[in-house]
Amino acid sequence: MGALPGTIAVQGLGKAYKQYPTRWARLAEWLLPWRGPRHRPHWILQDIDFRIGAGEAVALIGINGAGKSTLLKLITGTTVASTGSVATAGRVAALLELGMGFHPDFTGRQNVFMAGQLMGLDAARIGALMPEIEAFAGIGDYLDQPVRVYSSGMQMRLAFSVATCERPDILIVDEALAVGDVFFQQKCFDRIRSFTASGTTLLFVSHSMGTVMGICDRALYIRQGRLAFDGAPRTAADRYQAELLGHGPDAGADADADAEAKADTAAPAPASTARRQQALAAPALTGSEGSIAGADTACIGAAFVDADGAPLTSIVSDQQVTLRIDYRTKRDLDDPHIGFKIRNRHGVVLFETNSYCMDQYPGPVGAGQVLSASFSFSMVLAPDEYTLTVGFSNGGYDAGSFREVLNYLHEVSAFVVLPNPAAIRWAGMSNLAPRFACTRL
Amino acid sequence: MSAMLRALWHSRGFVVGSVRRDFQTRYRNTMLGAAWTVLNPLAMIVVYTVIFSQVMHSKLPGDVSRFGYSIYLCAGILAWGLFAEIVTRAQTMFIDNANLLKKVSFPRLCLPVIVVSNALLNFAIIFGLFTVFLVLSGQFPGAVFALLLPLLLLQVALAIGLGLVLGVLNVFFRDVGQFFQIFIQFWFWFTPIVYPAAILPPALRDLLVLNPMAAIVAGFQSVLLHGHAPDWTSLLPAALVALALCALGWRLFKKRAGEMVDEL
Repeated sequence: MGALPGTIAVQGLGKAYKQYPTRWARLAEWLLPWRGPRHRPHWILQDIDFRIGAGEAVALIGINGAGKSTLLKLITGTTVASTGSVATAGRVAALLELGMGFHPDFTGRQNVFMAGQLMGLDAARIGALMPEIEAFAGIGDYLDQPVRVYSSGMQMRLAFSVATCERPDILIVDEALAVGDVFFQQKCFDRIRSFTASGTTLLFVSHSMGTVMGICDRALYIRQGRLAFDGAPRTAADRYQAELLGHGPDAGADADADAEAKADTAAPAPASTARRQQALAAPALTGSEGSIAGADTACIGAAFVDADGAPLTSIVSDQQVTLRIDYRTKRDLDDPHIGFKIRNRHGVVLFETNSYCMDQYPGPVGAGQVLSASFSFSMVLAPDEYTLTVGFSNGGYDAGSFREVLNYLHEVSAFVVLPNPAAIRWAGMSNLAPRFACTRL
Repeated sequence: MSAMLRALWHSRGFVVGSVRRDFQTRYRNTMLGAAWTVLNPLAMIVVYTVIFSQVMHSKLPGDVSRFGYSIYLCAGILAWGLFAEIVTRAQTMFIDNANLLKKVSFPRLCLPVIVVSNALLNFAIIFGLFTVFLVLSGQFPGAVFALLLPLLLLQVALAIGLGLVLGVLNVFFRDVGQFFQIFIQFWFWFTPIVYPAAILPPALRDLLVLNPMAAIVAGFQSVLLHGHAPDWTSLLPAALVALALCALGWRLFKKRAGEMVDEL
């Protein structure tokens, strides 16, 4: 081990799973090796190259299925690489998924011993560290209950406490912290920060861009099994969000072009012929399961733009934004209305409205036309990840009902609100931006 | 290989801990606890000795002693029990520990070591009781008893070699596990444990050469029943098979250890 403890060197790393057409194909390949392979490699990761120096705090970001967890497993050594190499120096502590392989029938205490022994600690050392582990996990009497009665949060608490009972040279954390409550997360991050301050290398996966920027000085952005970006967390977060907004790698470019094409059409005014042509040719956006998408109308754009109409790749909390939603219709509509809904990761609706509820009337729209609506507001939401749902209806009545709902796209895109460095420190769902005054009576 | 052994030594705490936990698990939630570890095998020995010799008056052909058949039966069954426990546990060791293998990086070689240690611990308890019975009934064979040690070594090598081969194969082809469960039953009855080899028709008896366990079990019976040293030449094929299986198991394990985690 010539390298400094805490360094990670990844070179030309690739991981492929073998896919066999049938179960018999594997048997044939084993028994008749000279007849050549009968499997197709399914590449999860390819051509990953990076070096992490001792004491660096690095975030690993990317959408689900990008290959983040596989990369962490390769680095910890639970999975073996198909190509390339991984070299780590020093003691590695890893929290992959939940529970560190806890045995459900054993008590928390027994599992602590088992996990500790797997980490190479002897029983006496674990015994000495036990009070500290117990105190940090804070699960009380549950420690002597079988792990199968634990909640996922309790498992994570115990797993984190064991994995970090001694400062490792390298700490690897895979989304595990997401299941803990805020207080425990805070406690974990405090411990992580104190580790990194004393020279521990941190590599962790997070979907929370606020956390990434708060803790890391570097981010690796993985996209479709490749290292798409390696550098400043802010830039990595922007790229990640661009992918989220576009719902995919290719759609991203389309959405940008779309938004640019309508840069000046803030109100439903006749657009130039070229732009109209482009809008008419644009592909229809799709929503998640349960969405309504009739044949008569198509949503061809739903994106945040800035005051000048330029598409936003990132949104900072409290930023002034405009949400532009474009609908194309194949038939005449007498009273069309456009609306949107913002939900957080738990599906809680944080805000929703539509033109009818705002007492706005776009007026009739003819077949073949595109109705482009803009909603301008201050993004007062807390730094987090949100989804956007859009809808298009005809004929509003009563408090907020419609004769016909033409199009309703759940989760048409996702967006991230980043922390605003200029803002006051606050917590909650939205920034009420209170003004403070006090007098002495 | 030395690096692997060093890693294994480094994980000895985990191995010892696992063996202890495995042992504890079996009698968890029982009131008598550890007493069951003795009561269970004791019951088995009582059944084989008292029932067969006193109640059923089973006798080996040409044998006049009171406990002859009981000792013959116990020697075979205990030896077979150790072999079967190692092979069947080793065959599922990777599948049973999938959760651990996928999440924690540790020397995979710990698993077969744990399996063998566990089986040997159980064997030590039951065989200890059996030895006490031999001493009490005046049937203890004397110094020749020590020759069971090389026999035991050979048997463990055969069992873990086979277990490792089956264990790796079972991850990729689950049929192996199902097939072996059937196969081992036939194997048991094709080994002279319950019956003496002499009652087999000559054609079938010649085939026993192909059964490495037959020679090993015969060794146990020879030492414990007759106080004779095992027939070492008859054990040579078993030793060769054990060596071949260990080599094959080791190669298979080395080659497929990485791929195994992807399959679990």
